[in-house]
Amino acid sequence: MTDDDKPDRPGHMQTEVNQRKPKGRLGRDVQSKIGQQLRSMYDNVVSEGVPDRFSEMLRQLDQQQAQPDQKDKEVN
Amino acid sequence: MPLDTTLRDQMLSAVPSLRAFAISLSGNVDRADDLVQETLLRAIANIESFQPGTNMSAWLFTILRNLFRSEYRKRRREVEDTDGSYAESLKSQPEQGSHLEFKEFRTALAKLPPDQREALILVGASGFSYEEAAAICECAVGTIKSRVNRARNRLADLLAIEGAEDFGPDHATRAILAAGGGRG
Repeated sequence: MTDDDKPDRPGHMQTEVNQRKPKGRLGRDVQSKIGQQLRSMYDNVVSEGVPDRFSEMLRQLDQQQAQPDQKDKEVN
Repeated sequence: MPLDTTLRDQMLSAVPSLRAFAISLSGNVDRADDLVQETLLRAIANIESFQPGTNMSAWLFTILRNLFRSEYRKRRREVEDTDGSYAESLKSQPEQGSHLEFKEFRTALAKLPPDQREALILVGASGFSYEEAAAICECAVGTIKSRVNRARNRLADLLAIEGAEDFGPDHATRAILAAGGGRG
């Protein structure tokens, strides 16, 4: 027990109070486990990289923008 | 105006993280990929409003978040019952190999209010600072901090309630076993 845990009122029954989990605060252990789960779930998707769909889309947009004249010629 | 190669490369390198964010928000891989695609198209159409030298990733996250938000509001108007609609979309989505592992965690994440969910993901997984997350969500830094705290508390409650008493290293393994019919 640390000094911080000393009850404000001496003589007050403290056993029960000290056993109770502090309200609204998580143990560091629980926090870090939630963090781990969250990150591994997220990184799992990140590790899939860039699906072809997106690189292909940007490549096609590039081509369209790079060769607007050619497109006109094809129409004519 | 042709898209600058550097900008295009910056966009592409943000895609994996954008997908992870979108999947975490929507709970659905297909919808998430549509969101990412629309985000990229919007970004390209509005590339003049991107300030070179600033964080491309944060800019794209902002666009994606706004798209998701407006879609969410639209669906909210269209569908009367919204509570649990996100959870329902999780249930109906086909199990996909690597995504199965985190089913229990995703289900808990799905029960968080959207504000708290996005704040937690941005700070806890995407690696944005509180300040960056606040800019993406267009709110105060203090608001992000309190949302992240509430999200963590709620997740701890949910995961404990749902039978993860020994929430620990074996958690993911047990989730797989349970989903696979409990072999062994």
